[in-house]
Amino acid sequence: MSISNDDVEKIAHLARLAIKPDQLETYTRTLSEILDLVEQMNEVDTDGITAMAHPRDTALRLRADSVSETNQREKYMQLAPASKNGLFLVPKVLD
Amino acid sequence: MHNKSLRELALGLGNNDFSSVELTQYFLDRIEASKDINAFVTVDADTSLQQAAEADKILAAGKGQALTGIPLAHKDIFCTDGLRTSCGSRMLDNFIAPYDATVIQKFRQAGSVTLGKTNMDEFAMGSSNETSYYGRVLNPWDKNRVPGGSSGGSAAAVAAQLAPAATGTDTGGSIRQPASFCGLTGLKPSYGRVSRYGMIAFASSLDQAGPMTHSAEDAAIMLQTMSGFDERDSTSMDVSVPDFSADLGNDIQGMKIGMPVEFFNQDLDTGISSIVMDALGEYEKLGAELVEISLPNSHLSVPCYYVLAPAEASSNLSRFDGARYGYRTAEYDDLLDMYKNTRAEGFGEEVKRRIMIGTYALSAGYYDAYYLKAQKIRRLISDDFTRAFEQCDIIAGPTAPGTAFRFGEKSDDPVAMYLNDIYTISVNLAGLPGMSVPAGLDSQGLPVGLQLIGQYFDESKLLNAAYQYQQVTDWHMRCPEDV
Repeated sequence: MSISNDDVEKIAHLARLAIKPDQLETYTRTLSEILDLVEQMNEVDTDGITAMAHPRDTALRLRADSVSETNQREKYMQLAPASKNGLFLVPKVLD
Repeated sequence: MHNKSLRELALGLGNNDFSSVELTQYFLDRIEASKDINAFVTVDADTSLQQAAEADKILAAGKGQALTGIPLAHKDIFCTDGLRTSCGSRMLDNFIAPYDATVIQKFRQAGSVTLGKTNMDEFAMGSSNETSYYGRVLNPWDKNRVPGGSSGGSAAAVAAQLAPAATGTDTGGSIRQPASFCGLTGLKPSYGRVSRYGMIAFASSLDQAGPMTHSAEDAAIMLQTMSGFDERDSTSMDVSVPDFSADLGNDIQGMKIGMPVEFFNQDLDTGISSIVMDALGEYEKLGAELVEISLPNSHLSVPCYYVLAPAEASSNLSRFDGARYGYRTAEYDDLLDMYKNTRAEGFGEEVKRRIMIGTYALSAGYYDAYYLKAQKIRRLISDDFTRAFEQCDIIAGPTAPGTAFRFGEKSDDPVAMYLNDIYTISVNLAGLPGMSVPAGLDSQGLPVGLQLIGQYFDESKLLNAAYQYQQVTDWHMRCPEDV
């Protein structure tokens, strides 16, 4: 196993995913198998190779800082699981 | 009407042989009669017929274009204003998109009719369409088998002739592999050719939308409409779009076709190999020249992809938090609880696996060993193609290592599933255009695809090569027995 149950619990927390105790073993096994597959990368020496983040190595375009979209607040708010007075409602964060 | 090409349908509409409303109703009836295939997640007949009636007015005024009045199916990854856009996930089961993706907007401006939204692997993560929240899609060629994925619903819809053509998206093979499994022509354009605006993101440096059709001729028409610079997509490339249909008839005499030795080694199934070699034999008869090339790092494409794609996905899918739209859990005490339970219940297993792999690869202490390493390997894979194209015009090989497999055959083994994309992934990593073209049937009567890979922005040459092959073969005209 490339990773342990503890690792999986830590990763799940970082990813904000609740996992049930009875699923932990399966995740540890399948994630380890995927990481074993990925390990093949280490066969190759990549010293001095420039990392490739974009197929064309181009920089992202900049645009003028001007209003380009119309205000659709109400349309978007209708999609919210919970809202009030045009605000998204979530559980209390600060007392 | 269901076996007509896009050009024939446009002619029929132009000559008043049938109206768009009649044509649309005809396909809606076919969809209704083939519900068992489960190709569609959402069909809104009233809106489709309304769009068809508008198209009929445009046609009557003599202002029809190539796709005016023609009904098309769209993968449920493209946001469609006013219509549920689920991306195959419980997370977006209640999500009515508030705007159109650029691809949808372009098809609407071209006057085409939206028939419905097609089923897909959840968030486009899968190669069998088995990860969809809406259940598996049946392969019309053999209903005990998968249609491929992630654009499995689009592939099944076109193969069963429930739509004349469809859109798909391809991050690691999601257009080409299902096209291969369902006997279709599928094209993944160059990265930057088609706008990603409004296309729900999986891995943003790899995702591209493209057409899934019966023929290269149809694919050229679809791609023409989809392509073009879009200022709303920061990675859209501002380059001219050729007339793809005009280039189809070009002579391919002397075209150099590269055969990567790595794609034709002892690992390749002998049945697939002989069909691909027969196809290449046809190309020789057409005057093309076969040259041996090498893509020495291609065996690293799957490992490299399974770092980069999950890393990008873990970042992209962090937006699904239950706060602003989509699913929210009923069980929570505080904000952290709400996030964790929403995401645990809203996402399926494969999506969660990939989010966790990506989170791990990007986490402190592992970033260099995984993410940076993979980006360097990506450079090596891309450079292999640059060198190969010094010796040839296009590259050819198999699309997938096998034909459509049975349900459940690989669903418990993620790594076995990932290896389905062994020949397609490197093309996404390099950002090149790639295509799957029907090239034969295996011993069980299942379709086999020939993959063609082109140079950056050279979709014309791919479509031309596929079209010329389709003039001397009829594999693209074959359809499942009961269709």
